[in-house]
Amino acid sequence: MSKIGVFICHCGENINATVDCARVAKTAGELEGVEYSIDYKYMCSDPGQTLIKQAIKEKGLTGVVVGSCSPRMHEPTFRKACQEAGLNPFMCEMANLREHCSWVHDKNEATTQKAIDLVRTLVEKVKLNKPLYSIKVPVTKTALVIGGGIAGIQASLDIANAGHQVILVEKDPSIGGHMSQLSETFPTLDCSQCILTPRMVEVAQHPNIKLLTYAELEKLEGSIGNFKATIRKKAKSIDENLCNGCGTCTTKCPTKKIPSEFNTGLGTRTAIYVPFPQAVPNKPVIDKENCSYYQKGKCKVCEKVCPTGAIRFDQEDELVEIEVGAVVIATGFNIMQPSEFPEYGYGKYKDVITGLQFERLASASGPTLGEIRRPSDGKIPEKIVFVACAGSRDPAKGIPYCSKICCMYTAKHAMLYQHKVHHGKSYIFYMDIRAAGKNYEEFVRRAIVDDEVNYIRGRVSKIYEENGKLIVRGVDTLLNAKPVEIEADMVVLASAAIANPGAEELAQKMHVSYDSYHFFSEAHPKLKPVETNTAGIFLAGACQAPKDIPETVSQASGAASKAIILFSKDELSRDPLIAVVNRSPAPVFSTCVGCFMCASACPYQAIGEELITNRQGKVIKKVAKVNPGLCQGCGTCVAFCRSKSIDIQGYSNEQMCAEVVALLNND
Amino acid sequence: MKIGFYPGCSLTGSSREYNESLLAIAKGAGVELCEIEDWSCCGATAAHNLNKELSLSLPARNLALAELENMDELVVPCAACFNRLVMTQHELSEKEDLKKQVSDKLQMPLKNNIKIVNVLQFLEEHIVPRLDQLVKSPLTIDVACYYGCLLVRPQKVMKNERFEDPMLMDVIMQKLGANAIDWPFKTECCGAGFSVSKTEIVGELSGKIVRNATDRGAKAIVVACPMCHSNLDMRRPAINTYLNMKMDIPVIYITQAIALAMGLTPRQAGIQRHFVPVNLTVNR
Repeated sequence: MSKIGVFICHCGENINATVDCARVAKTAGELEGVEYSIDYKYMCSDPGQTLIKQAIKEKGLTGVVVGSCSPRMHEPTFRKACQEAGLNPFMCEMANLREHCSWVHDKNEATTQKAIDLVRTLVEKVKLNKPLYSIKVPVTKTALVIGGGIAGIQASLDIANAGHQVILVEKDPSIGGHMSQLSETFPTLDCSQCILTPRMVEVAQHPNIKLLTYAELEKLEGSIGNFKATIRKKAKSIDENLCNGCGTCTTKCPTKKIPSEFNTGLGTRTAIYVPFPQAVPNKPVIDKENCSYYQKGKCKVCEKVCPTGAIRFDQEDELVEIEVGAVVIATGFNIMQPSEFPEYGYGKYKDVITGLQFERLASASGPTLGEIRRPSDGKIPEKIVFVACAGSRDPAKGIPYCSKICCMYTAKHAMLYQHKVHHGKSYIFYMDIRAAGKNYEEFVRRAIVDDEVNYIRGRVSKIYEENGKLIVRGVDTLLNAKPVEIEADMVVLASAAIANPGAEELAQKMHVSYDSYHFFSEAHPKLKPVETNTAGIFLAGACQAPKDIPETVSQASGAASKAIILFSKDELSRDPLIAVVNRSPAPVFSTCVGCFMCASACPYQAIGEELITNRQGKVIKKVAKVNPGLCQGCGTCVAFCRSKSIDIQGYSNEQMCAEVVALLNND
Repeated sequence: MKIGFYPGCSLTGSSREYNESLLAIAKGAGVELCEIEDWSCCGATAAHNLNKELSLSLPARNLALAELENMDELVVPCAACFNRLVMTQHELSEKEDLKKQVSDKLQMPLKNNIKIVNVLQFLEEHIVPRLDQLVKSPLTIDVACYYGCLLVRPQKVMKNERFEDPMLMDVIMQKLGANAIDWPFKTECCGAGFSVSKTEIVGELSGKIVRNATDRGAKAIVVACPMCHSNLDMRRPAINTYLNMKMDIPVIYITQAIALAMGLTPRQAGIQRHFVPVNLTVNR
């Protein structure tokens, strides 16, 4: 016979202002099987919890229903209180009288009646509750970091320095990401490579970090603490153990005219190449798409000149399986190709370039060795126009959001230009100047006041070429609001920051959600900014939303600390609210007929098979079996099961039915 | 398939040659165009500035008439008429109650589902596929294709991805053997309705277009809108005043260009009706 205790919380005025809590408690006390019921102002407070604990001990309660706020808020609190009083925590249920009742209804009789109904359904459910015990799963203390830009580098170093193993996977031949392409960085104008390359080297030399470059995630299975990742190591066509990075092959390669990705097409590279001199690892790969040997079957010059015999034309992609406990996604961003704006002439006019291309022009390691020379004829531009918000904040181009970094880097670009071309004139067309950040506003002021950059508030409608000049037509919306026409030598478009092309596919592989722009979604916009809604997978950097270096590094350290917190325990405890296949005494053994429709429906591959044998070891029956380590308790299998042989523990069909019947028996 | 034809006022007046050339090439290509019986004014520039209901009812009447005649598609060569008809269809398709109100007012049923096409869309679908056979004397000249505003806008209704740099006319002209030059003023404003009230503004705006096309070596400007045509052609004196020089570049309709390439006579194409003389044979 059940002995249920019902505890009704006023939540200060939150519930009691609209629900007659005393009457709810009184009515609940008259329900069959309810041994004790009481209402109190703050049930979650220490005296409130003591009320529950005392009642369990003194009345010998077998189940508890707390009528208060959402279980998302205080279920752990009340279950812990029950446990401390010696009751199995899963014998405690919560009726949500606040979010589901008092907050959404006016004060009247029906509202109190609804509260009574909610309590009654939970009383009927708890009568059928069974003691459950948490599932313990071991934690694999290795982290997988996907993406070797500054976000991935920071996260890897933090996790590795905490003493855990890290596997860092980078799709390109070198780590470094976009930051390695930048010239100077705002707001201090310190050289990007000077602050980044030491960290790249640290990653490569760290005993706890295993670096897999030219590799991509193929598959991710499992769950928090125990993921199994399959990594595709793309064939580099060299034996990395033999290659000593001498560079002879890259200088002798006859295919030299391939646009360099690192130099954003402003420079060239060879078919066997190292992306840039400071690359980590500093060993080449062969770009099969452009290599004469792979395309035409002739050449092999690199093989002939290699002093260590490290070239391997027959090398194939390799799939490696690794086990990790946590994943940090740090796959970064891309920039919108401004060829989508025919009105700006990108692609048509050589001297209309993107902000990232300007970074390469201004960089000491770039194609012009840091001199600002325009791509068409190598002349130093006397007049340069920067167009902010090229795509960003423009719903017509499909990007209503602000790319966040452009205001600052455009100010920096104009500043760098003025520092290098003293007699030059620079103009920035802008919508608003968004310089929120430490020392950011001061930086923009410096550009305007000290470096005399001309800021024009208005947008550019068209850019076209006439007599060797780029005519930039825009509007100055301030004061007299008049059309502006500037004859420029070069135009730089601050094109929008967008998600990487493969982001959607990657998110689906990892079961993490993403927004309509294909940026990965955080679990909560304020309170869980580095978590995803898949436990054990964390976010770092611009793969979540456009962000600058300081913010990226902060988030990367945040993601790293989440992984380190996870690794601080030897095993994880999980709620046992998972699917189970019923078992019964012989000769039935189970009502499961072994059709395995559940297995095909399970999104987590958590259902395997179990062979029931007799004493002689002969197989009598084949039934489904749920792997408790993989099951997420989604319930899909329950809906699919034709013989009603699967239940979710704590939410069985029987329990749900009892709740519904309790509601229907409303008199 | 029955293709309807809504000429609008311009094609019966100031741009008769547009009408003549369109009908001539349709006939030459074996495409029948059925003019809507008893068609009426589209409301033009005046109605939508004065009376919302009227500005929807006037085009809707013509759409309803086309429906009654079981037309599957309606060709509207004048860019302004086209814009009014398309905008009306768009607005009424979004607001069911407004559609009912207009339909009641007209005392005519209105399904509002007829396919409305401008002259470029019509050419692309019905004429371009047959051009290989139709072109008898290719136009081997450099031309500047000028689209103006109403053929491609508003973008949210027209769904034209290249509304800042449309290419359809350029593609057609290339198929006629001409070289469509790359120029930046394809969608610049010609001055539009100021043609009547403030001619000097048209002189300046259209003047920049004419000068740019000339500077870039075009031997003719090709248009598909009566308003653009009259500003660039009829207002040439105002243009010449603004530029302080005499500009000779002729302005022809794309339908005239096709007619000439098909080997029709200049008179069949209505070439003689322009203010700026057209003598393309000299330029060949």
